Amino acid sequence: MKMLKLVLALLALLSVVPAYADDDDFALRVKALNGESYSDKIAAAEALAALGDGRAAPVLEALADGRLGYGPDGSILIEDNGAYTDPVSGQVVQVAAFDAITVNNRLRGVARGAAARLALFSPDVEARRAAMESIMASGSDDAADMVRTAQAKETDPAIKALMAATLANLDLTSNDPARRLAAINTLGDSNDPQIRSRLQDLLASETDPAVRQAADKMLSGMDFRLGLIGFSANLFQGLSLGSVLLLAAIGLAVTFGVMGVINMAHGEMIMLGAYTAYAVQQFFRAVLPPDLIDFYLVAALPAAFAVTALVGIALERGVIRFLYGRPLETMLATWGISLMLQQVVRQIFGATNMEVANPAWMTGGWELAGGFTLTYNRVVIIFFCLAVLGGLAALLRYSSFGLSMRAVTQNRPMASAMGIPTGRVDALTFGLGSGIAGIAGVALSQIGNVSPNLGQGYIVDSFMVVVFGGVGSLWGTLVGALSLGLVNKFLEPYAGAMLGKILVLVFIILFIQKRPRGLFALKGRSVES
Amino acid sequence: MKFNRILGAGLFATASLLPMFAQAADDTIKVGVLHSLSGTMAISETTLKDTVLMMVDDINKKGGLLGKKVEAVVVDPASNWPLFAEKAQELLEKEKVAAVFGCWTSVSRKSVLPVFEKMNGLLFYPVQYEGEESSRNVFYTGAAPNQQAIPAVDYLMSKDGGDVKRWVLAGTDYVYPRTTNKILEAYLKSKGVKAEDIMINYTPFGHSDWQTIVADIKKFGAAGKKTAVVSTINGDANVPFYKELANQGIKADQIPVVAFSVGEEELAGIDTKNLVGHLAAWNYFQSVKNPENDAFIKQWQTFIKNPKRVTNDPMEATYIGFKMWTQAVSQAGTTNVDAVRQALYGQKVKNLTGGVAVMNTNHHLSKPVFIGEIQANGQLQTVWKTKDVIKADAWSPYIPESAKLTADWTYPWVCGNCTEPKFK
Repeated sequence: MKMLKLVLALLALLSVVPAYADDDDFALRVKALNGESYSDKIAAAEALAALGDGRAAPVLEALADGRLGYGPDGSILIEDNGAYTDPVSGQVVQVAAFDAITVNNRLRGVARGAAARLALFSPDVEARRAAMESIMASGSDDAADMVRTAQAKETDPAIKALMAATLANLDLTSNDPARRLAAINTLGDSNDPQIRSRLQDLLASETDPAVRQAADKMLSGMDFRLGLIGFSANLFQGLSLGSVLLLAAIGLAVTFGVMGVINMAHGEMIMLGAYTAYAVQQFFRAVLPPDLIDFYLVAALPAAFAVTALVGIALERGVIRFLYGRPLETMLATWGISLMLQQVVRQIFGATNMEVANPAWMTGGWELAGGFTLTYNRVVIIFFCLAVLGGLAALLRYSSFGLSMRAVTQNRPMASAMGIPTGRVDALTFGLGSGIAGIAGVALSQIGNVSPNLGQGYIVDSFMVVVFGGVGSLWGTLVGALSLGLVNKFLEPYAGAMLGKILVLVFIILFIQKRPRGLFALKGRSVES
Repeated sequence: MKFNRILGAGLFATASLLPMFAQAADDTIKVGVLHSLSGTMAISETTLKDTVLMMVDDINKKGGLLGKKVEAVVVDPASNWPLFAEKAQELLEKEKVAAVFGCWTSVSRKSVLPVFEKMNGLLFYPVQYEGEESSRNVFYTGAAPNQQAIPAVDYLMSKDGGDVKRWVLAGTDYVYPRTTNKILEAYLKSKGVKAEDIMINYTPFGHSDWQTIVADIKKFGAAGKKTAVVSTINGDANVPFYKELANQGIKADQIPVVAFSVGEEELAGIDTKNLVGHLAAWNYFQSVKNPENDAFIKQWQTFIKNPKRVTNDPMEATYIGFKMWTQAVSQAGTTNVDAVRQALYGQKVKNLTGGVAVMNTNHHLSKPVFIGEIQANGQLQTVWKTKDVIKADAWSPYIPESAKLTADWTYPWVCGNCTEPKFK
């Protein structure tokens, strides 16, 4: 009798897939997610998804994100920004301790796929869209039947199109030539490299002439568009590399370009700026409320400028001013100072890399067509560096400090005779150049690592840009940096990173032979003397 | 075998007489520490210097070695390869150290090798490396490729690792990645991976602009077969590489990256939120729960006076090397290099992660292998480990010209790279 009841219950369970399973069963299957081995957990995730319960989707998503865990009493909880909810009752609970359930990539993939399939029937449009995108990216055919069912119910045209594309992608390997042809027609203007490789596979074995022709036509159209996308990707990457070079070099364009000081400690000014960003970040983390953390970079800019400008002024007043007109000694002295600064930082902060986080608004990117991604941090840096350059140009052109600076560099005795305090202008100019290097350091901390050696990676490139662009010309620095960045990035896909770099260096050497004063040579008295 | 034992006993006897003459006047035993404290490698090597100092401190607290105090002589080769050789000479000739713990990069090890061989010194090298070497005067306590690279690739090929069919081998352009990738390429081909499914990429030291390469990896991975990246990218270049990966939206469950040069110490300098699920292969993880490991972590954090400092694999290798040396010295009753070398073979030390490490006659260790996934807190969580310890191959069987070579420093071979025994 008991046995019969059990069988009946099982049959009932199997025959109807309920929209809401009963709580006990659901709770039991959620609990099973905290299994011993990864294969237990994978089985549990699949079992939970098989319920078809709408409540399972957030649980599986949390599992994939590592936000699913258990409290001290073993109850399963979902963590969300420090708050814990019970997945069965949906209520917020307070717990003393929380341990996340460990996941590996395979479990993560299973959970994410299952969550996406469940979310296909969600009432929320955005959730459905995200689910569909995730299914499409996975490229697996497990979800085909689900997608077909969901397609019939779908009302949003954009999502419907996504579903059609996904199904068409699967149809490419169908046995029926008519379906293959229809699939090619549906996919017509896709730029997905994954579809391209499936299309190539199809062409390798296709016998039907009509399908062959359509596939050939689609492939050539796709190759043309992908070529364009590749070109714009190179363009963006070149601009981005150019903007990084430019940022590193602007400060040097002032100290070396305008003042003529061969400052080997320029890279260390960038490094000090990056460490200031780290210090400001730690301050924000320790003292200020957590929702302000995304703005630490904004606060780090003036702080870094102030720190490095002061170090720069001290350097100029303490060392460099005694060495004007003796470039070799200046070079050796500043190189020694750069080593000292590195070691000082190593003593204070330690030799290891410091962790500087990207604020949320600089993390990720816009996924454009054909796998080309515009990453936020690089876009921000391109605009930031143009703003810095513009600001500097305006300062030199329109402010009275800029005027005296230009006067001193063009003709020192005459400027002095006109009553300009040349010593003070020298110190401030050097401070300005160093300060700009400092804010460059803040920006560069967002794409690279913050270590005592940070500056050394940029010093050679900076000199290269300034010399190539033309010593003393801001405009030359801009054009020099961007063209070096572009040349480098257009060479890299063909020559590789190593050879590309060598080719750029050879190119600069040859160029300097032809035009020793760089792209935009200054004309005038200071140059001739 | 019998001769070997007689030889060992003979050496033992002569060696035990030596201290009466040579070191009777000294009441300290000197050990050299040859790690860069400035320059580019200071970032990694400073930690190992501190680890040796901690071990020395520990043994002195326990009454010293052979009734003598152990004294560490620290020199700074400043990430400058020729300077490594000079400093090694200084340690052996002037300071007369009994053993040296040092080097990180393969090029620094190659630079000091002739010095140690000429002066019959003893070097313990604690870093995972490309193999293809076995010197009479060096003991390698880091992983050889078959203890790190090959198991990692095996894991990724397995169902749990994602059934990977397409491979990107990305590395920094120098000897370690080039040799490792050569071994891996031969290994993958022996497993039936086609040449068009392997992409090899090299970048200069400290490469910071990864846009093109990451975009290429993305394109390579979009061919419909499961793709993984095997990274031998070294040092500072890792941070911008991982940042670019995260920003271009490459997730670990789509294209996992397994790294051989990224451990807890490196992760401490990266924002790991977006790297969760990427992998690393080592013989040690800080996260492994074990009484030995707990004690070691506590000892380290107390010694360095920072409760947040992490431990890593080369530190464990230094720990094992130091312990083995002290055991061998007490067993031999002397610090004489020839006697200690004989005593080191078969020496056992408990791994911090469980099991026992054994020193083999090819001067390499038998150790367990762990694959871990990066967690949001910067730790590595074990997802796979070997059932037992794996014996290191000094020469890779996957490179035809190396497969013929044998490294065995006991009778009748007594050789690091021979095709047949020296004594027949």
